[in-house]
Amino acid sequence: MAVEGRTPEPAQPAGFRAFWARYSPLFVPILAVMTALVVGAVIIGMTGGDWLAAYIGLWQGAFGSPRALANTVIRSTPYIICGLAVALAFKAGLFNIGAEGQLYAGAMCAVVIGTMLQLPPILHIPMGIVAGAVGGAAWAAIAGILKARTGAHEVINTIMLNYIALRLTDWLIRSRQPLLLGDPLDTSSSRTPFIAESMRLPNIRLGETTALHAGILMAVILVFVVAWFLNRTTIGFELRTSGTNPNAAKYAGISVPKTIVLAMVLSGSLAGLAGAGEVMGVRYAVSTDFISGVGFDAIAVALLARSNPIGILFSGLLWGALLTGARLMQVRAGISIDVIRIIQALIIMFIAADQIVRWLYRIPQRKPGEEVLISKGWGG
Amino acid sequence: MTQNGEDRPVVLEARGITKRFPGVVANDNVSLKLLQGEVLALLGENGAGKSTLMNILYGLYSQDEGEIFVNGTPLRVSSPHESIERGIGMVHQHFQLVPVMTVTENVILGNEVMRRGLLDRRQAGQRIREISQQYGLPVEPEALIADLDVGAQQRVEIIKALYRNADILILDEPTAVLTPQEADDLVRVMRTLTAQGKSLIFITHKLREVLEVADRIMVLRGGRVVGETTPAEASEASLASLMVGRTVLLQVDKEAARPGAAVLEVRNLQVRDDRQLMAVNDVSFEVQAGEILGIAGVQGNGQTELVQALNGLRSAVAGLIRIAGQDVTLASSRTISELGVAHIPEDRQRDGIIVSYPLTDNGVLEYYYREPFARGIVRNEQEVTDHAQDLVTRFDVRTPGVHVAASSLSGGNQQKFIVAREFSRTLKLLIAAQPTRGIDVGSIEFIHNQIVHKRDEGVAVLVVSAELDEILALSDRIAVMYHGRIVAIVNNGDLSREQLGLLMAGVSLKEAMVLQQ
Repeated sequence: MAVEGRTPEPAQPAGFRAFWARYSPLFVPILAVMTALVVGAVIIGMTGGDWLAAYIGLWQGAFGSPRALANTVIRSTPYIICGLAVALAFKAGLFNIGAEGQLYAGAMCAVVIGTMLQLPPILHIPMGIVAGAVGGAAWAAIAGILKARTGAHEVINTIMLNYIALRLTDWLIRSRQPLLLGDPLDTSSSRTPFIAESMRLPNIRLGETTALHAGILMAVILVFVVAWFLNRTTIGFELRTSGTNPNAAKYAGISVPKTIVLAMVLSGSLAGLAGAGEVMGVRYAVSTDFISGVGFDAIAVALLARSNPIGILFSGLLWGALLTGARLMQVRAGISIDVIRIIQALIIMFIAADQIVRWLYRIPQRKPGEEVLISKGWGG
Repeated sequence: MTQNGEDRPVVLEARGITKRFPGVVANDNVSLKLLQGEVLALLGENGAGKSTLMNILYGLYSQDEGEIFVNGTPLRVSSPHESIERGIGMVHQHFQLVPVMTVTENVILGNEVMRRGLLDRRQAGQRIREISQQYGLPVEPEALIADLDVGAQQRVEIIKALYRNADILILDEPTAVLTPQEADDLVRVMRTLTAQGKSLIFITHKLREVLEVADRIMVLRGGRVVGETTPAEASEASLASLMVGRTVLLQVDKEAARPGAAVLEVRNLQVRDDRQLMAVNDVSFEVQAGEILGIAGVQGNGQTELVQALNGLRSAVAGLIRIAGQDVTLASSRTISELGVAHIPEDRQRDGIIVSYPLTDNGVLEYYYREPFARGIVRNEQEVTDHAQDLVTRFDVRTPGVHVAASSLSGGNQQKFIVAREFSRTLKLLIAAQPTRGIDVGSIEFIHNQIVHKRDEGVAVLVVSAELDEILALSDRIAVMYHGRIVAIVNNGDLSREQLGLLMAGVSLKEAMVLQQ
């Protein structure tokens, strides 16, 4: 009887309303972004700023010139890769808050390979990439094994592992007695030595003054690899099934604990790749003020794209664009760069509470199974 | 109780109710009259519009057309609040109780009696006792819901409605979760209620109960009223064909079994449940090729744990399970499945199907990794789609296509799809747990015939069902399970329906035989 009251599949009335009823749910993230920008404009206005000038500045700062565009792309790369990491875990029903720590673990492993070895680029670059993936995977595996073996919740453990990774990195860099991974030539002792030229990612030249490192290529390839992996492989099926309905997964003969560990390892390796990409393409070293916060923002990037890998390409770019454009916005409109953080927070709130957006734009309610999959309850 | 019903006042009337959902008319010009002190049974298959109609009467939905009158005055707003106010109560099929709270707390929830800003539990408890005595609904007001059995929880639901002064009670599939004896108790309660002037609408798909308890019967099909009758004029067969719209065979047509070698052997099996209590205790039986062994028993007597252990989803504490000669006591579910064991799970939406997945993915749920559905780790989407298409065609699953989510299918069609999937491979053993729970008569008939067909092909079949009628219809031999033990294994026909019901209720075989005399 339970199924009887359910609304049946809607038939298709003609025209715009039918189109809207059918496809509008896909626009929820876009509408959430727009709504956040509108609310952001109101906030700018209330603080006495000129919102129009601010947004024009934001746009030009992010896309206004080849250089701006290149900066946006570079800035977006780790968000895209890390967003994939978080999304892959989401698909397996796991909330990997530890992308930040895994990213550091990957970056440090890449630095070790990049400073200790002298190899031709054809070997050195792949080794650096592998080192990053292995570092992130190993760090995430800890939380995965704890969850699979003891049921310890991954949210708690990945947060704790974040602290350990960050502090450990700090210590490895700063320690002088003994000298660990710090650069003896760096007087402020705030970074590792630079990696060998042979492990740096080649640049893609765009005109006279701008260049992109090859990391974005890696990100784009990973987007399609992850999409293919999740939807077209048996292992991806196992991951999604364990995440969607662990009981059915057990029934189907899938080992859920094994799948949990595997999902964390794969998620961590992606986060580690993001770290390695930053080391090999942008900074050539890990410093104490390394790109902190990327691992957390990646959660937002994944949520905005509803864990769809192709969507993450765009939400990652949006994230990079907002941060890149913020500086020119500050100059043009004289408002704090923190406004961007506020807008980002609003976007996330509108995504998380998507009922608001659905109500505002008359978008039909979610059907069962369409919920934004985050993770199972704390007991999970 | 049917005599001079025409003199009694009409307490509830629905006139020309029409309710449309996008693409479907759930109720099409439905009219209904409920007289004071009568039981009106509402029969219909899944999707016939029974629940929609009840949800409209209870105010959860608002109708597109038509009017509802309570005691002659129209119901204005559609809200449960208004309906409760006007004396309509509903006992849902899935109880709406908070397990960690007491009976009193659950009953007064949302309707708290306050004294000086504090809950007046004593007064509430007093009223609950009065109601409980007046209508023969024994229940302890201070007991925790979690400690009560299903029958008692249902009584709490009824008390909850009566506490809110309901004169009209809607009972949605109330016997689905009860033992035959508990169902008899409920029938008694229903008689007491009507004798004291309450009016009941009784929704069910169990034809026998309808004939037993109803004063009038209304049959819905495809959102329309297709017949109104009384138990005196109707038979199970006539009601079934009204519901389905064609003649239905209520008895499964099968020949005598020709059993072969034992396929499943279970010896002294012990299994613990989630609370570490011994749920299956020293159980031994075997199922031979070409026979159907039915396990009868009230839900919660260890059948769930037994089936899980047989399928490798729960590990046994002691004992032995052997399938096709191989010891699989501690084998993984995949190993067991690959031996040729199919499993129709008791809770299809929990275990058997992933409602958000398309039929294509659901169609290969347990063998997604095998050729030809995958090569290495790469799935072959074409094969997966063709397979789902094949299942849908062969088992006549009603669906707009194989790429729609399983959630868009009715329960009966979801179940048919699961059965199709489980039957589509080479089988030695079929374990069917509650294979027809909550699905319509037409689908039940179909699934039963398919199960018998598999038996005739030489598959060993274990059917576990809380529906005694289903066990009787399908089984060659019947095992009765009570408190984790198998209390009797008999040939179908050796014991009467009543004797089996007594065994299910914990009466010993010897006593059951004596009582029957």
